[in-house]
Amino acid sequence: MNGIKSLCDMTPGEHARICCICPDADNKHIKRRMLDLGMINDTEIECVGKSPGGDPKAFLIRGAVIALRSEDSSAVFIRTKS
Amino acid sequence: MGLTHSSTGKEISDIGLTVKKQSPQDMCIAIAGNPNVGKSTVFNALTGMNQHTGNWPGKTVTNAQGYLLIDGETYVLVDIPGTYSLLAHSPEEEVARNFICFGEPDAVILVCDATCLERNLNLVLQTIEITSKVIVCVNLMDEAAKKHIKINCKKLSSELGVPVVPTVARKKKSLEALKKTIAYVTHNENGTKPVQTKYCPEIEKAIEILQPCVEKKTSGRINSRWLSLRLLDFDESMRDEIVSFFGEDISQDEEIKQAMEKALSLLSDGGKDKDDLCGLIISTLVGESAKIAQKSVIYEKKDYDKTDRKLDRLFTGRLSAYPIMFLLLLFIFWLTINGANYPSSLLSEFLFYIQDKLLLLFDYLNAPKWLSGALILGAYRMLAWVVSVMLPPMAIFFPLFTLLEDSGYLPRVAYNLDKPFKKCKTCGKQALTMCMGFGCNAAGVVGCRIIDSKRERIIAMITNSFVPCNGRFPILIAVIGMFFVGSSAKIFSSISAAFILTLLIISGILLTFLISRILSSTVFAGVPSSFTLELPPYRRPQIGKVLVRSIFDRTLFVLGRAAAVSAPAGVIIWILANTEVNDVTLLSHFSGFLDPFAKIMGLDGIILMAFILGFPASETVIPIMLMAYMSQGMLIEYESLAELKNMLVSNGWTISTALCTMIFTMFHWPCSTTVLTIKKESKSFLVTALSVLIPTVTGIVLCIAVNAAFRIFL
Repeated sequence: MNGIKSLCDMTPGEHARICCICPDADNKHIKRRMLDLGMINDTEIECVGKSPGGDPKAFLIRGAVIALRSEDSSAVFIRTKS
Repeated sequence: MGLTHSSTGKEISDIGLTVKKQSPQDMCIAIAGNPNVGKSTVFNALTGMNQHTGNWPGKTVTNAQGYLLIDGETYVLVDIPGTYSLLAHSPEEEVARNFICFGEPDAVILVCDATCLERNLNLVLQTIEITSKVIVCVNLMDEAAKKHIKINCKKLSSELGVPVVPTVARKKKSLEALKKTIAYVTHNENGTKPVQTKYCPEIEKAIEILQPCVEKKTSGRINSRWLSLRLLDFDESMRDEIVSFFGEDISQDEEIKQAMEKALSLLSDGGKDKDDLCGLIISTLVGESAKIAQKSVIYEKKDYDKTDRKLDRLFTGRLSAYPIMFLLLLFIFWLTINGANYPSSLLSEFLFYIQDKLLLLFDYLNAPKWLSGALILGAYRMLAWVVSVMLPPMAIFFPLFTLLEDSGYLPRVAYNLDKPFKKCKTCGKQALTMCMGFGCNAAGVVGCRIIDSKRERIIAMITNSFVPCNGRFPILIAVIGMFFVGSSAKIFSSISAAFILTLLIISGILLTFLISRILSSTVFAGVPSSFTLELPPYRRPQIGKVLVRSIFDRTLFVLGRAAAVSAPAGVIIWILANTEVNDVTLLSHFSGFLDPFAKIMGLDGIILMAFILGFPASETVIPIMLMAYMSQGMLIEYESLAELKNMLVSNGWTISTALCTMIFTMFHWPCSTTVLTIKKESKSFLVTALSVLIPTVTGIVLCIAVNAAFRIFL
């Protein structure tokens, strides 16, 4: 099953690839920050956990674990692997 | 108030980066790298200095400088705040960028994390675009080996075209090769031939047009290819730097302007949007990093991070996260209270024994009464109090805390608490600054630089003093020990003492949330900004080293500072207590003046006076209080907490006095150092005033309420 969804909807254990990062106009800088962290198109990404409140979630990106809030991760679209 | 992310920055990016060379021939070496890769450890190992280290991103926010001697030559090493990229956006990243780009260091050491090399290579590629004098130091090789990650440094070096040195910075020996490489790179003009990242044809064409004009204008002072790229992707925050570096805004040069126009139209003809140029550039760099990493890194075990993930499930689990945080806090306090008891009384016995001997000596020397009074009963006794009350808890708490810091647990705390902080429209990283506040509120305020949004940073600064620093911490421990648990050292009583202390701390945390929430919707209204936090791998702390380091570097340093304030304070108190106006001592005048108001708050004049006189250093509050009580007649010596309690009770202390004192200890004005730091960091009178007023008003209100409740119900 190959579905496109938002990064914030990933559940722990899921693997995916980044399709695009399209933040709202008032949140443009988050894209730059994400690019700096190595989140470019087609980057492999794994959701490795969520905080006790459910948000933020932790993602494994290029060997590093990065926590992202849903407000920010909702701007990232991913294609999940079957 | 228009405090948005875009207005962040400039104000604190000028955290003075002047290289202090001992002589003009000295070479300047920058130590840069991603956050939390061990830059400070490398820096310490090379310079023999003791910059504070810890396993969490953003720990170094100031620039430390040190000296390294290789073959008789001096190198000035500059420890730069961690940064993911030189296309900066946060203030400390700007500092890093400006130093590497315009500080003209003789070489740059890029420290990389071997366990996460690919991500680190992005910064390496960006740096070798600016300067060829780059040394890549692949640190944490031991961690990588443990995770079965193999790094082919030779291959990496040939891919990058600059020297690559594997190190384990915690082991000093492994740095010899790095030193040799520093000497080689700085002395051989053509020792390194860094590869240039090739961008897409359109960008390359645009560079081709612009570069010759830039080269002509700047006459080789700066890498023209790199500058051309930056001009194309024009970043506002760089204009000032360019102006101050070249003495003029070169982007306004006629020839460059024309070339720019041509290059930009070429780009848009090729379908490359100018707004997205930066994204395109970074994407290319990241892609390149991935290719290089693929060639030089081998992951022998797929699930190399299994243990980390298991620990994360425990420490950040839905059910386990908060109880573990609570228990950890409880455990640390229990160890501190339990462990501090005995050495504390031992120390005071010894120090007051010396005091008696000193008095005898002064008598023998026929010294005048006022001299022995001011020096021994004033300065020395205050010092003895500070040492015996403050030293043992600090000497236990600091190492324990450093262990936590080294382990990598603190970022998880920020992660766990981000949701509540977000509800208060602030940033989870505030939890990290609060943790630093346990050590010292001034340090916590400086640490607020890790928070990107100015609005959130200011709220974190104002609320930092809701966490009791080590100066106030022992006050709480002493009062709890005297009034809330039996004086016996039974295990139950020490656990309940720790429990009370933990509850107090939690009340401080809850108030932090409340005040942050209120500030976020009033004075500093705004929405929470974006939040990215790296959760580093857990590391086993080096227990031996932590003990030595935290006792010598932190405990003794803090104690020294407290002692420097307390000795003169002792003299002042003694003078106040022994100067009479209208047959009443100045001290009594002062405390008597405060008494009516203090009584409403459930305190007394002397307690309030001690807090006021303790403004330069909170460590002196208890000693001032005790000396003031003693000077009113009864001169007892401190042998046990029980005796101390008797003295306080005979001065009218009750349970409600003790409780109000603890509340006021938690919530009153920050010490003078913290206030000055807030002024310096925020550059705002309003923020400074609020950071004094808010905790003070909170404390006064709480004290009055608690006192009233006691009066009414008990």
